[in-house]
Amino acid sequence: MTWVLDNLSTILGAGWAHLWLALPAIVISFLVAVPIAYLANRYRWSRFTVLLAAALLYAIPSLPLFIVLPLVLGTPVRSTTNVIAALGLYGVALMVRYAADALDAVEPDTLLAATAMGYGATRRFLSVQLPLAGPALLAGVRVLSVSTVSLVPVSALLGVNSLGLLLTDGFQRGIVAEVLAGIVATVVVALAVDLGLVALGRLVLPWERARTARSSRKAPAPVEVAA
Amino acid sequence: MNYLVQAWQWLLDPANASGPNGIGARTLEHLSYTLVATAIACLVGIPVGYAIGHAHRGRTVVVASTGAARALPTLGVVTLFGLAFGIGLTAPMVAFVLLALPSVLAGAYSGIEGVPADVVDAARAMGMTEWQILVRVEVPLGLPLLLGGIRSSALQVLATATLAAYVGAGGLGRFLFLGLKTQNYPMMLAASIVVVGLAIGAELTFELVDRLARRGLPTGRAGLASSVVGT
Repeated sequence: MTWVLDNLSTILGAGWAHLWLALPAIVISFLVAVPIAYLANRYRWSRFTVLLAAALLYAIPSLPLFIVLPLVLGTPVRSTTNVIAALGLYGVALMVRYAADALDAVEPDTLLAATAMGYGATRRFLSVQLPLAGPALLAGVRVLSVSTVSLVPVSALLGVNSLGLLLTDGFQRGIVAEVLAGIVATVVVALAVDLGLVALGRLVLPWERARTARSSRKAPAPVEVAA
Repeated sequence: MNYLVQAWQWLLDPANASGPNGIGARTLEHLSYTLVATAIACLVGIPVGYAIGHAHRGRTVVVASTGAARALPTLGVVTLFGLAFGIGLTAPMVAFVLLALPSVLAGAYSGIEGVPADVVDAARAMGMTEWQILVRVEVPLGLPLLLGGIRSSALQVLATATLAAYVGAGGLGRFLFLGLKTQNYPMMLAASIVVVGLAIGAELTFELVDRLARRGLPTGRAGLASSVVGT
């Protein structure tokens, strides 16, 4: 505990750096994954191909990707761009599946009704399909954010500043408190981002809150079995 | 591109392929870590998951543990146990089992939980004991979800096993950490290619096995019932 108090500014600085690696990656993943999922959903074969490619991309181990990516991008290994790009790639791979399922779950009749009312493809997507898929998309983004935040520490092995540095430094110097602080702080950042997303969800999807209040949360949350 | 050519040459160099520090031996090590960790996770996770699924109690434990496990940084768990158990295989192995456990647990549990209540009631009405219901009805019907869980934990361990080398154990991570320290990019890239190939190969193999297994299985509620009678 004394270690934590003595090094509070180090922890806070690392936590801040951690957040600024994770947040851009989460935002980029979401913005890239949703259009890909929308296009992939058009045909059976395109959905199959895109989801398989995403699964394969997600299967790539993180440390090798952190090493290979700079050679492809031409960025230095220790640059934050490299880390954000790698995290973004994983994020897209994870989010595409959630987004494809979320968009697919919107009632086809509703979409047909929108078309019949004269909505064009873009407006129908933005003002009908996207809001209706909102809650499912939010659930996907929450999984995405937790996994991104907990993936960041691996970049510390390359020397990039984040809470992961507490883990490597603590291990090399044999300070258990530092490693523990790194783990706890990472979980705290993950929780904070998750709470932020829930708050954002309430703001953007106000009708959802009214509905869950009415249905008194009867449906249990699904158990996560990553396919 | 230059690095890629050098990495390829490094891979093809017979001096790097064989021997106790060669790619071959390290790949086998890597795969054995994955197998052992997944097997231990199955030994622990399947009975617990079945018990929870059959009794329909403790659901919150499963949900909370899978969520918490996702938030935990793997590197943190590996280094923490590294400090606790010292340099060697124990620390990463414990960490990998912890990583693999939630998916197996969730797979075992949700497979049993997902069996329709009337199917279980029918089995009970036919005079099956609770044990018979579990072994002859719930376990066969829950098998696809269990296999899905085992698959995702095996893939996760395979991907994370590179970190074992950070605390002094073997596996393909050896080349990555050695390369990081000596600025040997071709070697790092070569080892990365092998790990990525291994992971993608494993994913494709699982997918293929899954498809072949599903082909023989009946689908839908009618299929569910007939498969119960069949077993």
